[in-house]
Parts: sequence; structure tokens; C-alpha cells
Amino acid sequence: MKLKTYIGLEIHIELETNSKMFCRCSADYFGSKPNTHVCPVCLGLPGALPVPNKKAIELTIMVGQALNCQVNSFSKFDRKNYFYPDLPKGYQISQYDIPFCENGEFMDIGITRAHLEEDTAKLTHTNLEDKEVSLIDFNRSGVPLLEIVTEPDIKTSKQAKEFLKKLTQTIRYLGVSDCDMEKGSMRLEVNISLGGDKLPDYKVELKNLNSFRFVEKSIEYETKRHLEIFKDGKKPIQETRGWDEKKQRSFSQRTKEEAQDYRYFPEPDIPPIRLDKKEIEKIKNSIPELPEQKKDRFMEYYGLSEYNALLLTENIKKADFFEQVADLGSKEKIEAKKIANILINRKVNISKISPKEFIKDISNENKKPQFTGDGLDKIAKIVLQNNQEVVEEIKKGKETAIEFLVGQVMKETKGQVSPNQAREILREKIKSS
Amino acid sequence: MNINELTIIKAREGLEKKEFSSMELTKAFLKEIKEKDSKLNAFITVCEKEALLEAQKGDKLIKEGVKKPLLGIPIVFKDNFLTKGIRTTAASKVLDDYIPVYNATVVKRLKEAGAIILGKANMDAWAHGSSGETSDFGVTKNPYDNSRVPGGSSSGPAVAVSSGMALAATGTDTGGSVRLPGSFCNVVGLKPTYGRVSRYGIIAMASSLDSIGHLTKTVADSALFLSITAGQDRFDATTSPNPVGDYQNNLQKGIKGLKIGIPKEYFQEGLDKDVKNKVQEAINEFEKMGVKIEEVSLPHTKYALAVYYIIQPAEVSSNLARYDGIRYGSGREMFADEAKRRIMLGTFTLSSGYWEAYYLKAMKVRALIKKDFDKVFEKVDALFTPVSPTLPFKIGEKTADPLKMYLSDIYTVTANLAGIPGISVPAGFVNNLPLGLQILGPHFSEDLLFRLAYHYEQKTEFYKKKAV
Amino acid sequence: MKNSKITKENIKHLSNLANLKLTDKDLDKFPKQLSEILDYFKSLDQLDTKEIEPIAQTTGLENLTRGDKPEKSLDSDQVLSNAKNKHKSFFVTKAVLEK
Repeated sequence: MKLKTYIGLEIHIELETNSKMFCRCSADYFGSKPNTHVCPVCLGLPGALPVPNKKAIELTIMVGQALNCQVNSFSKFDRKNYFYPDLPKGYQISQYDIPFCENGEFMDIGITRAHLEEDTAKLTHTNLEDKEVSLIDFNRSGVPLLEIVTEPDIKTSKQAKEFLKKLTQTIRYLGVSDCDMEKGSMRLEVNISLGGDKLPDYKVELKNLNSFRFVEKSIEYETKRHLEIFKDGKKPIQETRGWDEKKQRSFSQRTKEEAQDYRYFPEPDIPPIRLDKKEIEKIKNSIPELPEQKKDRFMEYYGLSEYNALLLTENIKKADFFEQVADLGSKEKIEAKKIANILINRKVNISKISPKEFIKDISNENKKPQFTGDGLDKIAKIVLQNNQEVVEEIKKGKETAIEFLVGQVMKETKGQVSPNQAREILREKIKSS
Repeated sequence: MNINELTIIKAREGLEKKEFSSMELTKAFLKEIKEKDSKLNAFITVCEKEALLEAQKGDKLIKEGVKKPLLGIPIVFKDNFLTKGIRTTAASKVLDDYIPVYNATVVKRLKEAGAIILGKANMDAWAHGSSGETSDFGVTKNPYDNSRVPGGSSSGPAVAVSSGMALAATGTDTGGSVRLPGSFCNVVGLKPTYGRVSRYGIIAMASSLDSIGHLTKTVADSALFLSITAGQDRFDATTSPNPVGDYQNNLQKGIKGLKIGIPKEYFQEGLDKDVKNKVQEAINEFEKMGVKIEEVSLPHTKYALAVYYIIQPAEVSSNLARYDGIRYGSGREMFADEAKRRIMLGTFTLSSGYWEAYYLKAMKVRALIKKDFDKVFEKVDALFTPVSPTLPFKIGEKTADPLKMYLSDIYTVTANLAGIPGISVPAGFVNNLPLGLQILGPHFSEDLLFRLAYHYEQKTEFYKKKAV
Repeated sequence: MKNSKITKENIKHLSNLANLKLTDKDLDKFPKQLSEILDYFKSLDQLDTKEIEPIAQTTGLENLTRGDKPEKSLDSDQVLSNAKNKHKSFFVTKAVLEK
């Protein structure tokens, strides 16, 4: 029997608001001394009450719209009740049956829902006076958390990785979060099961995956593992598993026998949210140009190749830098295409140079006397001949090795040739050799 | 200065006229507490040092001519109100040594108005109770008969005011916990409209039902108190932006011609004959004053107690989840019986497989109960009912059977389910035991309730009969 | 409404959900007490509420939100002042397994 793979993702993203979700503590806690960004509300003190952050709601709706979701004009918060030391109130304020956004689609994957909730505290395991303890830091408690759940439409590990890359790029473009898995501003879980044409009646939950690579590997491992179990005539157990990078395998994290009963009920301390069409439209209109759109525009307007356009629109800082330089360049009659090439080939560190300085450098280079074609050609040939091993490395794929050769050419031409020219001609010759 | 004769308003007059100082006043109340409270057990914490310090400050301000509505007035806070730096226990061993790091909004407002914290009053632990017998710090006694209950859960606050140990006390009313002790102790007990007064900094019992009220000797005092505590709070998203009424200045307005409904469902089987008769006497007094009385119906009344005891424990079970002993307090093994019982009941009605039949059902019937009131208030301005089916009962009489105790709330839970305000005003005595008349009104009709209660109080003067 | 008989097993399960450790006395008396209370709730079955919208709040309020301006947090000595177990600036609890 040919088994199909059903993969769904559950992604948690910390929103970059100034204050927390239900209190006025600063949300910029990363790196701060423990328990210094807390107040009665996010600490769960007796008598404390939540007051929701409007900006967090707007950002959630904006993300939902970027994911083509339908926005619920009437929505509410609900209590999700369970006990854990990182949950100060003994319940998490989340959303149950009427999330802000649902039924969307992104990269051909269905988006079940995008809802808003609060983050938990951070636990650190350690040993104190011969006892195993958990240390709790509530700085993170109450930070707004956006939860995105996909339909089990993902079919391969590659697709999962592509989806995540594009999703995080979009969210960064929106300025909503930096989606940093190392910092913990993005966390994700994978649900995977194998079956026939209908959605299988079991699923394995993969947790604590700290990078896209782990996501890819764990999916591949699980797919194989489930196949083996089916081959043996059995069915994989519904459970939670983690990924062991050292042993390159997943492992069971069975905690409780019973499924959790969260006893959801509407949050009595927070009145519901009702948005009118105008407000929803306003949020939609505030969505900045997204990567796909920007790439298309770069291709059309600046005449860039798709490849270059993709590279330049990887993140919004790079794209903005390019446009600023292109704008300045047009006044100096320096082509956008040329600017694009230079930016990409030279791997410019845009955080260390301003667009003005950059365009100045280029126009200065252009003004430099060009080394005559023949002379440069001869020197390039000699440099290549004398450094066969380096050429081999480059041919094998080690692109950066070309810089050494560029340096050699620069030496020979006593700097009268720009590194750009040197590199171009070296590349040409290596390609045709 | 006979402090037993004092009300907030009279005390303010006396302070302004320099008949006595706040220091003298505070010392006098501290003396009363020392003399009476070993028997009555209305206090968990007495703040002698802090109170005298505040009294001193108050006297200085009075001398400087500063005018504040509660300047120099000693009051008591039910021990579920967080008072910064002053132990707050909710009458439970779980919080035996808890010292809050912030003030409840109501505490802040009353302090800003010049009030002095005399102490923290005893209560049924976590506000779970109708009698004042379920405290982890001992039973509170009724000043009119020490072998009887004072009513709960605001038992300490009611007793403190009633027995002359304080001029006013804050309370919370989730199912009758201000109105019932008010009735049993011959003091005025106000339950404001839900959302009229901020809940921030008050240990939550049932979040959609908790109403922040107070107990005072007179209606005028109650109106003054509400004008300080009422109003929207940026820390409580369920407080109303509705402007606060001019409660004090509308008291004297006439009540002739007002239409009062007598809901027949509150006068049926289960109501003590003596209580029924006394309430009828009160209704007659009002008729003499020109009020129009008519019979009305609130058809879903008989389901109210069931709805209340599904919704309230459900919210309780969630609100008490934060008490795990990690950040404050002691562990959950310190919860006493009643708290455990309600947590279990609430967990059950919310649990998978049961929440539809119980919790969801209760939310729907709650809508019907609220609609009953909305409809009836299209016909009448207010309602008169008994506060409780019985007179103050004997200590120990109802403690063996939880359900029997829950039935004391039968006439008071409806106001919390609908969110409407209610006041209990002294309505006389049966065998020297006090009882109150309950007046209910539409949302934000506190000024009407005060008006009606005030005229009745001025005519009957039951508040003047002190406990021995 | 379902059969409102609560067993000792039910009580044990509920106490797990509620993070409560019950005494033997509790386990003996709670099943009966809770069953009686649940019995009392049966009266609600008399009402047909199929078409009724449930209400969770009585205020009728909506959209009570706040702006995104941060304000001062508690001082760290205040934060830890009531904790029975603390270490440096952390709260301490016995070790827990991964969620």
C-alpha cells in the first residue's frame, strides 16, 4: 500500500510589541536580569486582572490577512486551564472557538487558524544543594504570542522547510517579529502521520525542534519510522516525541497517559472584541509590500533577473538599501542592474555603509582609468595559470576562493583595476576553461 | 464623643468642627476592638500602628484645612482586598503570611479620600460561604446574638460596623455576600452593578459575578462611600465607562409615584413566616409613603441557584489555580474543605463530556434570568424582596449539609447572575434578631436604590437599635 | 443531564485535573456530597434552551483594550518578597519534566 504523508505545523511567534499582551510591562525582555519585567498581572498575583493590548490584536489580524485568512469581526479570549510552573495563573489566556483569523492559505498550504495568546515563563533546570530543581523567570510571561496552525497539507520535509522559510520571511517583512528560533521568539511543533486517502486517525507530535534543519531531519526520520511500523502490520502510537541531534533520531516524550482536558471557557475578565469592516480594511491596507510582490516589482521596474531579485528581496533591509542606492544611482546614470550585481557579488555589509557612501564608491570606481582590455586579459590568464589549485576549488563550488585571485590581479595591476572588473574577467575565464 | 452614635457623615462633621481629632477617633475604635473582638472574632489583622500613624497625618491635614470626603475616618477592609504592606489572607491558611506588594484600586481610592485602615476583617475563606463559619481563622459571631451567625461571606465587615468597631467596611458580593450579612447584622449592605466598582487587587472568587460593595450604618454613608469607590479603572477591563451618579445629592428626592414590583417567586415555599411578615410590613410602609406596589413575575427564579452553583464554582476552580505556593503563599494542601469542594465541583462542570450539559446550559439559563429582569424593569422601577429565607440561624445549624447552606442564597444570587445592583436596608427585628429588606434595580440604578432605602430608613430608624 | 452519580474514581480524576491532593476523608465524603449537588442541578433539564444564546458577561461591554505604551514593572525585591523558595533572582520549584 502506498502511504501518504500528512504533515501539519503549529507555529508560535512572539510579537514585537512594546508592552506585554495583558499588562503594561515592557515586552523587550531578552537578555534582562530574571524577574525584572514583571507586574501583578504577568506574575499571576492575587487580584490581578488582564487588559488586552490593542496593537497585538492589530498585528495578529494583519498576519492573518497576509495569510489570506478570513477575519472574524466578533472574537473573544478564552481560558485554557492546566497546571505547570511556567503558567502563573494556572490558566493561559488564549482563544478557543472564535480565533481572530481562520481558513487561510499560504504557499498552497491551508492555514487553519491564527490566534492570539500569552507566552509562558521560562524554566531552567538545575541542581541546587543536591536537589533537582527548576528555576523560573517570569520576564517572558505574558508576552503576546501568535499561534499559527496549518492544515495537514504538507507532504514532504522539503516542503515544510520551504513553507517555514517563506512564512518567516513574510512575518519579518511585516515587522511583526524577528522569528528568531535561537532567541526563542519563534517555536514550532510538527504533527505527522501516514495513511491512505483520508486523514489518518493518529498523529505524532514533534516538539522542541530548534531549527528548520531539525524540522527537516525529524520529519524524514519519522516518515521512515512510521513506514517501518506499518510494514510490521502495526500502527504508530499517538504520542509526543523530541529530536535527538546527537543520536540523529526522535525519542518518545510520553508525559501523561491521559490527554489534557483544558476545560476552555470564555475569559470573564475581558470583554469581547468587535471590529467593523472599516477597521479590518485599514489593517489590510497597512500591510507593506510583501516579498513576492517586491520581487516581481524589482524584475519589472529595475529589469533584474528573477535570481537577483530574489536575493535582493530576501529581507526588507537589503531590499530597501538596494532601492535607495538605485535611486541615487539613477541620478548619476549608474544602472540599477549594475548596482544589483555589485551588491550581490561583493556581499556588501549594508549595516556598515550608507547608500550615499556606497554610490559614491561605485561612481569613483567608474571614474578610474580602465586598464586596457588586452593588458587585463593577459594578467588574468597568468594569475589563473599560477593558481591552478585555487581554480579547481572554485570549480568544485568554493566561490569565495576567487577573492584570492582577485587580490592577485589587483596586485599585478597595482590597483588600477577595480575588484569588480577583476572578478568579472576571472569568472568569465574560469567558466570558459 | 459617643462613637456608637457616629456615622461617617457625623464623624466628618465632628472632625471638621474640632469636636474630636482623628487620633481620638481611631484610638476609640481600637479600644472597642480590643474589648469586643475576642468574642466576636470579626478581625484577622488589626493595624494599630499604621492606623495611629495615618490618624496623625489626617489630623495634620484637617488642621491645614484640607477637605477630603473620608479624611480621618477609620474603616475596615474585608481580608480579600489587597492592602500593600499589610497582611492579606482571604481568611485562608494558604495565604496566612501573604504581604501584598500592591494596593487594590478601591483601597487606593479610599486612602486617597483620606480613609484610615483600621484592620482586615474576617470572612468565609475565599468568600466561599453565606454564614461566616467557614473561615480558617475561626467563626465570627452575630453581635445581636453571639450564638448565631452574622451571615457571610462579608461576616467580619458587617460585624465590625454593626458592633461599633468601625465606621464602614468594604465587602464583596458574589451571590449575596454583602447583602446577607447586612441583613443579619442590621447594617446597610450595598451590592453595586457589576462593573461599577473596580475588582483590581481584590482576590477573585467568580470573575463574572464578583461585585465590590460595602457595609455602613446608614444609607447616606453608603452613598458617600460609593461615590468614592465607583468609576472606570484602567486596570479592570470589565469596569463601565458610564459616568458615576451623584448619589449623595439625590437621596432626598421624593419617592412618591415610583412603581415597585413584588416578584411572587420570592415569596413562596421555603420563606420563613416571620421574615415574610416583616417584609410585608416594610412594603406597607412604602405604600404609606406613596409608592405604587404591584405583583410581578420573574419566571426563571427557581433555576437561579442551580445556575449560580454551576457558574460560580467553575470560575472559582480557575481563579484558585494560581495558588500553587511557588510565588507566594503555601501549597494547595492548605485549602480547607469548602474550597476543595467548590474547586472539584467547578472542575467537573467544565470538564470534557460534561461542560455542555452543565456549564453551557447554565450560561443559557443565565441569559433567561437576565431577560426576566430586563423585562420586569420595563414595567417597574425597582423590586422589593426578602434578603434571605430565614432569620440569622444558629452557628452549626447548616454546616453539616453544603446544599442546605447554599439555599441561603436563594434570593440574592439572581442579582449577581443578571449583574444588577441590590441593597439590603434594616427592616426591623424578630425576637431581637435583625433582618433586612432587599431592593433591586436595573443596571446603574444605585441612586434610585439609595433614594428608596433612605426614605424608609429615615421613617423607621431601625439602624439606631444597637446590639447589646 | 447525564447521570449525576459521582464515584471515587471520578473524584480522583478531578483532583488530578485540579492539582489537589485529597485526604482519605475527602475521598469518602466528596462523592456523595457532589452527587447530591449535581442532582439539584437536574431542574435545569426542564428548560428548552436550544435557541437561547449563552451569555458569559453581563456588562455588554466590548473592545476594552489599551495602547502599547510600557510602564514601570515591580522592583525585583518586591517580586520575590513572598516566595518561600528563591535563588538569586529566580523562583525555585522542584524539577519538572518537559511539557
